[in-house]
Amino acid sequence: MKVHEYQGKQLFGEYGVPVPVEMVVSTADEAAVAAEKIGGTVVIKAQVLVGGRGKAGGVKLAKSPDEARQRAAEILALTIKELPVEKVLVAPAADIKQEFYLGLVLDRNTKSVLLMVSKAGGVDIEELAVSSPDEILKLPIDPVKGIQDAELKKTLSAVFETPKMLEQAHDTVTKLYQLFVEKDCSLVEINPYGLVENETLLALDAKVNFDDNALSKHPEIEALKNLEEYSADEIEANKHGLSFVSLDGEIGCIVNGAGLAMATLDIIKLYGGSPANFLDVGGSSNPEKVLNALSIILGNPKVKAVLINIFGGITRCDDIAKGILMAMDQIDIKLPLVIRLIGTNDKEGRKLLADRGLEVAESLSEAVEKVVSVA
Amino acid sequence: MTADGTKVVAGVTPGKAGEKLDEIPVYSAVKDAMAEHRIDASVIFVPARFASAAVREAADAGVPLIICITEGVPVLEMIHNYSYVQERGLRLIGPNCPGLISPGKCKIGIMPARIHKPGGIGVISRSGTLTYEVVYNLTMAGMGQSTCVGIGGDPVIGSNFIDMLKLFEADPDTTGVVVIGEIGGEDEEAAADFIREHMSKPVAAFISGRSAPPGKRMGHAGAIISGGKGTSEAKVKAFNEAGVPVADKPDEIPGILAELLQAT
Repeated sequence: MKVHEYQGKQLFGEYGVPVPVEMVVSTADEAAVAAEKIGGTVVIKAQVLVGGRGKAGGVKLAKSPDEARQRAAEILALTIKELPVEKVLVAPAADIKQEFYLGLVLDRNTKSVLLMVSKAGGVDIEELAVSSPDEILKLPIDPVKGIQDAELKKTLSAVFETPKMLEQAHDTVTKLYQLFVEKDCSLVEINPYGLVENETLLALDAKVNFDDNALSKHPEIEALKNLEEYSADEIEANKHGLSFVSLDGEIGCIVNGAGLAMATLDIIKLYGGSPANFLDVGGSSNPEKVLNALSIILGNPKVKAVLINIFGGITRCDDIAKGILMAMDQIDIKLPLVIRLIGTNDKEGRKLLADRGLEVAESLSEAVEKVVSVA
Repeated sequence: MTADGTKVVAGVTPGKAGEKLDEIPVYSAVKDAMAEHRIDASVIFVPARFASAAVREAADAGVPLIICITEGVPVLEMIHNYSYVQERGLRLIGPNCPGLISPGKCKIGIMPARIHKPGGIGVISRSGTLTYEVVYNLTMAGMGQSTCVGIGGDPVIGSNFIDMLKLFEADPDTTGVVVIGEIGGEDEEAAADFIREHMSKPVAAFISGRSAPPGKRMGHAGAIISGGKGTSEAKVKAFNEAGVPVADKPDEIPGILAELLQAT
């Protein structure tokens, strides 16, 4: 789960990481009031859950409250990478002397929380990792042992040259790490970590992502969820316990299991079709889930045909068949349905469907070929 | 599992000590069960909130093989669990996996046993139902399996491809191996390097998620492409460079394996 910059900075504030005094607003008039309160030149930043907002015109300077109103109105009218801008952050335009990068990421390879530090902050860190990997220093922190102060000091002193800066960076990393482990983050990033007047280092941006598996442990974090990160169909599917990702094709898919669901999409593409969604009905045998899945998919006007691919393990094929029949009774299904059922109780499931005149494919390739030809 | 040849000697559910389920005694704690029986493996089905505690309990009791089926264990908890199990010299499979089966001998997991058939192919997979798909195709083509292991779809898991490849290379009953990977992480790339350096037995691969958009989690917590890492292209390339053919569809795997086996 991702949160906005302003939400990330609020968390930073709670953990004592120094952030600028700034305000989040959702109208141009409020932006003017905020600029007045802050005084001097301000920077207005779009709050969107994707990177590259600067290039998209989502970050602008304003020298007066009037200009702030104007710039905020422009930014609030933007849609960046399909996400409409609903809030802007108004912050003092700091006189930045130098920009650094600080990041903590859950690293599956080293099974650690990986600290990344760079003198070359303010740029796209993923581009930097490719163009000049030597510019990024890395230190794996074993969550079982926690931060080893001597090691951390050694890594940071290669980037932060004065004792005052080093002390601030050490303190900030310690606090970010505390936030990371206490709230089950998957990424915490400050870019830029800016050097301003009086040799002070501030978090001038915040990017915080959370481990979806841990959200149930942290209701206060789950409450920060921004629904615009998800499509309407994804939100609806989530309510019904379905794992769903919207795609832009024409073939609706209902599959059990994430790996098989991904492979099904791949094979649809291989046969020249285009999938409309990823949907994993999960391992349970609840006919309601199939009904919900079908209603969400059929509600997508782009969808021209639906493929149901079930390999029963703990999911029972007869329950899936019951779900399909339930859906046929409750929704007027006008689109072609291609069904493939195999595994636990497949004979019973196929019989239920055959009694209602539905054909069932046995092989995946055959089913995909068919759905692509009718879509 | 008992129907598929597994000798289930004990069950553990807190507060249910003294009860019996299908004649199998139930205990409140793993150590109580260990005191009464010889236990080679433990399989964990508890909800995600309690899964880490269950893994540690099994580790404390010294169960040599711990298989965690549960989906949704927080990743940071798993890093702790991993160290915990490693320090005790035990083996953890999963979480978020279907378990493992040696067809005709023993099943510790949730896969439908009847699609399997005893034979010489080892199967290692990050997925559940996709493994069934591949196994089904192998069985239909007359290629039985020595052991099929689902290692789990999470970013941090107890055993990876390489851990399993080592066992299959050493296993006299295994003649060839199928590796079923997916987008996310770099385990497949590492496996490809290992195969080139250390595997004498033929290996075929399949990678799912070739059509996945970057940044989106495709069901499995581990299946996400971020920062250009973990792409299917990189994985296919790594396997191809290691001389491991990658099938475009699961039903191509038996043919590819048959060719490799003939060549050896």
